Amino acid sequence: MAVAKSQVGSKAASTDGRKPAARAAKASSARTAGAKSSIAEFSRDEEFAAYREMLLIRRFEEKAGQMYGMGLIHGFCHLYIGQEAVVVGMQLAIRNGEDQVITGYRDHGHMLATGMDPKGVMAELTGRRDGYSRGKGGSMHMFSIEKQFFGGHGIVGAQVSLGTGLAFANRYRKNDRVTLTYFGDGAANQGQVYESFNMAELWKLPVIYIIENNRYAMGTSVSRSSAQTDFSKRGLSFNIPGEQVDGMDVRAVRAAGERAVEWCRTGKGPYILEMQTYRYRGHSMSDPAKYRSKDEVQKMRTEHDPIEQVRLRLIDKGWASEDDLKKVDAEVRDIVNEAADFAQNSPEPDASELWTDILK
Amino acid sequence: MPIEILMPALSPTMEEGTLSKWLKKEGDSVKSGDVIAEIETDKATMEVEAVDEGTIGKLLIPEGSENIKVNTPIAVLLADGEDASAASAPPAKDEHSVLEAAKNGSGESGSAPAMNGAAVPAAPAAIKAEIASDPDIPAGTEFVTMTVREALRDAMAEEMRRDADVFVIGEEVAEYQGAYKITQGLLQEFGADRVIDTPITEHGFAGLATGAALAGLKPIVEFMTFNFAMQAMDQIINSAAKTLYMSGGQLGASIVFRGPNGAASRVGAQHSQDYSAWYSQIPGLKVVVPYTAADAKGLLKAAIRDPNPVVFLENEIIYGHSFEVPKLDDFVLPIGKARIHKAGKDVTIVSFGIGMSYAIKAAEQLAAEGIDAELIDLRTLRPMDIDTVIASVKKTGRCVTVEEGWPQNSVGSEIASQLMEKAFDYLDAPVLKVTGKDVPMPYAANLEKLALPTVGEVIAAVKAVTYR
Repeated sequence: MAVAKSQVGSKAASTDGRKPAARAAKASSARTAGAKSSIAEFSRDEEFAAYREMLLIRRFEEKAGQMYGMGLIHGFCHLYIGQEAVVVGMQLAIRNGEDQVITGYRDHGHMLATGMDPKGVMAELTGRRDGYSRGKGGSMHMFSIEKQFFGGHGIVGAQVSLGTGLAFANRYRKNDRVTLTYFGDGAANQGQVYESFNMAELWKLPVIYIIENNRYAMGTSVSRSSAQTDFSKRGLSFNIPGEQVDGMDVRAVRAAGERAVEWCRTGKGPYILEMQTYRYRGHSMSDPAKYRSKDEVQKMRTEHDPIEQVRLRLIDKGWASEDDLKKVDAEVRDIVNEAADFAQNSPEPDASELWTDILK
Repeated sequence: MPIEILMPALSPTMEEGTLSKWLKKEGDSVKSGDVIAEIETDKATMEVEAVDEGTIGKLLIPEGSENIKVNTPIAVLLADGEDASAASAPPAKDEHSVLEAAKNGSGESGSAPAMNGAAVPAAPAAIKAEIASDPDIPAGTEFVTMTVREALRDAMAEEMRRDADVFVIGEEVAEYQGAYKITQGLLQEFGADRVIDTPITEHGFAGLATGAALAGLKPIVEFMTFNFAMQAMDQIINSAAKTLYMSGGQLGASIVFRGPNGAASRVGAQHSQDYSAWYSQIPGLKVVVPYTAADAKGLLKAAIRDPNPVVFLENEIIYGHSFEVPKLDDFVLPIGKARIHKAGKDVTIVSFGIGMSYAIKAAEQLAAEGIDAELIDLRTLRPMDIDTVIASVKKTGRCVTVEEGWPQNSVGSEIASQLMEKAFDYLDAPVLKVTGKDVPMPYAANLEKLALPTVGEVIAAVKAVTYR
């Protein structure tokens, strides 16, 4: 795996030594060939925890896709399958429930990773009263103040300014919390992203911009939409450091996350992490995904799957037997099935809910 | 021929100023570009440069003189060989014409007196120091005269003293002291952590402030004008207004978006739009459009305390107008309540913001003709106090609405629709709307006047509905 780590400080801004790194990162085969030694290995417990967390997201999303097919979930439903290592790795790098998390519309994974209840998330997907937003938000709009999860935003890029504002609030209150602001390679081309970068660096706001580069903004590939395809460089003109990270390796994600968190907590300002990842499913449930080959998807699944990587390490190191892992799998399936049952049995919101929560 | 130096207009909306200092004295020679005087407006102190060359023959206005109208001759410049006695003729005629010009410019009739590029106020001058009659102001309250500008600043300062979570953010709000001087002095009192200059980044800082509000702070976002907030509208509507609903009541934004809205004077189509109707359509927003300084103060304080996003639409032209403001330690008015500006029995005139200045003038002239109009200042457009309008129409049977915004889907359209539904049987005439014309705002003085509503149009509408 080529983490293609590259610290972009103001000094590095004028060097061109980063080009080979960017190229290496683009070639997927390079991901497995890089220097593994630069990554902090996980302990047995950490590998197990990461495995379980990622599997929960995977199974949850598969179930959501299934329920969509059954007509139990409607509207837009953007699945996170394939990208699990990003949120799980980042969550291992922050203070859960204290540091804030905000993202766009592909948000189920982030909610589960912050510890939100799968039952409440699934019930929101089915539009029922026990959903996190009492059925009034849907897939793209869920929040949890308890877990410091600030949504769930449906307008591409809007969460970047909002996340910068969460970080502004931390600085205003003079605490040492950091804000994880997630967005995709598509959102990275929105103007307000750069307005936010400018203010964040100008005011040294403790915000980590995590660009989940899954290579496609809906159906448009990065190379067709982006003049600068190395997203870690997108903060260069603002002097915001950035790294490209193998977003399929949870260990690489956590390691980069820890560097970014340290940078932010010590008052140095914002930090950019480009997570090189991949979504296995379409952009949304209604996406026929004609813009990429089946082979490309299959190759990612077989060679770079984030969960499979952890599973193999657990087995290789003798930390877990197939039976141990099957047990975890069964536990996760139970949680997801329970959430699905709950979400189908929760009643629809009362008609009076139409008129509540418009104003406080 | 001696040249008269006239009191210059230093901003699109300036009507008068103080000649604070002469930097040249009689007998001094001046070249083009020399600073000859300092003039203080309600917004700033500006230097006046000479345009022509010559010798100062006479200073017509002593330094320290206040309320000098734009275009009043302030000095006489002599060319080579000209005698100071040439300047001794009293400038009475000129002064007279300037006063005439100002009167015409502020009335609904006459052509625009574009003298030496002087700004002509597009809206009728407000009645100075109006007494606010408001049931929310306790009887016996002492009043103090202040401008809308001062009232807005005081409201922010008082709320910032009261609550450390309140901060002001926007372009030029801190070191420049506000593009329109609404935030004057706030930086000095509250420091740079709470009075924050932003880059020119409307979309970004509106989103940033909304994020800070989601985290529990109470931002006051100043837009230099609401024309620029069009770039930020997604954050105002999609993020600030809808989050409470989308989160099932879990998360909301206590935030104020404020700044001048609508036409100023001679600033063209992109800087002259009235957004009253736009914002007032959005559930999840409150929309306040004050006219008097008292309402500006009491309602801005309420807006800052409100747990919801509030769009607070001010008007550049009335910033400098003076009104009576209650002298109370903590004067907060309820949002969502109209004020009967003047009781009457023959017709109901409903307006808000600067629209009130047309309505008030029209009512005065109508009174002279024996038509007794009831004037309602909506003050808040969302939630709209339609009950007060209905109660009035039940009494008068007629209604005219006045606003500077465009006619289609206007605030007046909404009022007419609601009256159809809720007071149809009480109407003795169709509801008429007086609005801005359905065109982008033109720059030319005469065309701009034509594009805005006029007092004459209000009078004509009232006469139409009263069959006079």
